[in-house]
Amino acid sequence: MPLTDVHKDLDALTMTITAELDVPVERAWQLFADPRQLERWWGPPTYPATVHAHDLVPGGRVHYSMTGPEGDTHHGYWDVLTVDAPYGFQIEDGFADESAVPDDDLPSSRMTVRLDPRDGGGTRMSIISTFATAESMAEMLQMGVEEGFKAALGQIDEVLAASR
Amino acid sequence: MTIYNHMVVDQIDGATADQLMHALADATRRDIIRRSIAGRHSVSALARHYPISTTAVQKHVAVLEQAGLVSRHKVGREQRVRTEIAGVRAASSVLDDLEALWRARIDQIDDLLAEPDRAQP
Repeated sequence: MPLTDVHKDLDALTMTITAELDVPVERAWQLFADPRQLERWWGPPTYPATVHAHDLVPGGRVHYSMTGPEGDTHHGYWDVLTVDAPYGFQIEDGFADESAVPDDDLPSSRMTVRLDPRDGGGTRMSIISTFATAESMAEMLQMGVEEGFKAALGQIDEVLAASR
Repeated sequence: MTIYNHMVVDQIDGATADQLMHALADATRRDIIRRSIAGRHSVSALARHYPISTTAVQKHVAVLEQAGLVSRHKVGREQRVRTEIAGVRAASSVLDDLEALWRARIDQIDDLLAEPDRAQP
């Protein structure tokens, strides 16, 4: 398990994830630069990803989709802002339709990837997620509230079941 | 981006979301949430912890109350502030979802990097 740190900053509305990889920076870069490798880890296990277009250069776009257990497909895009191969890049990550046209009604977030060499030949990978706008954070917080209500309802069900 | 966002995006209620975000994006208000978990402090007792007036603390508590993050209870002649744990948990679950997504991704990266490098014979 190479994950070493997760840091959430509510003031800056960012989350930073740090992982120590036992491969050189050039190998770690391929995780993002090679679409066949990217699609093997970008989607969660239950939502595998397919990368349809991949242009990891400033001003370029990456278009991907993820398919869920019930065949539901969700499209997303990266707008590539800056690239410093093989040490990192910055993108805007958002939702899109099947033609990769961004859906501006859904929240997007900014992601900065840093790949720094470690002593001994490994790589320290840092992922910094920033909510692009206050509205994005607000929408996501609201989704969290909905989830909280569902969890609370689930607990009520358990209590009722136990009292029978 | 979490898959979860797709599922519930139709249910967004902007007013509540703005209140929650506004309430949480302030260090004093987050400290009030932390100190009020046991629900033992009045507003004036809370105010002793901060270099601001009781009236200013009163306003912070009102913002938190409107967002559903604290509630006020009468104990004798005193109004005490208590953290609404469910509200706080709900607000933080957004970042928890994102953390869970990245933990899953890094597990998959780990598996991928453990494979023999096919590019080199």
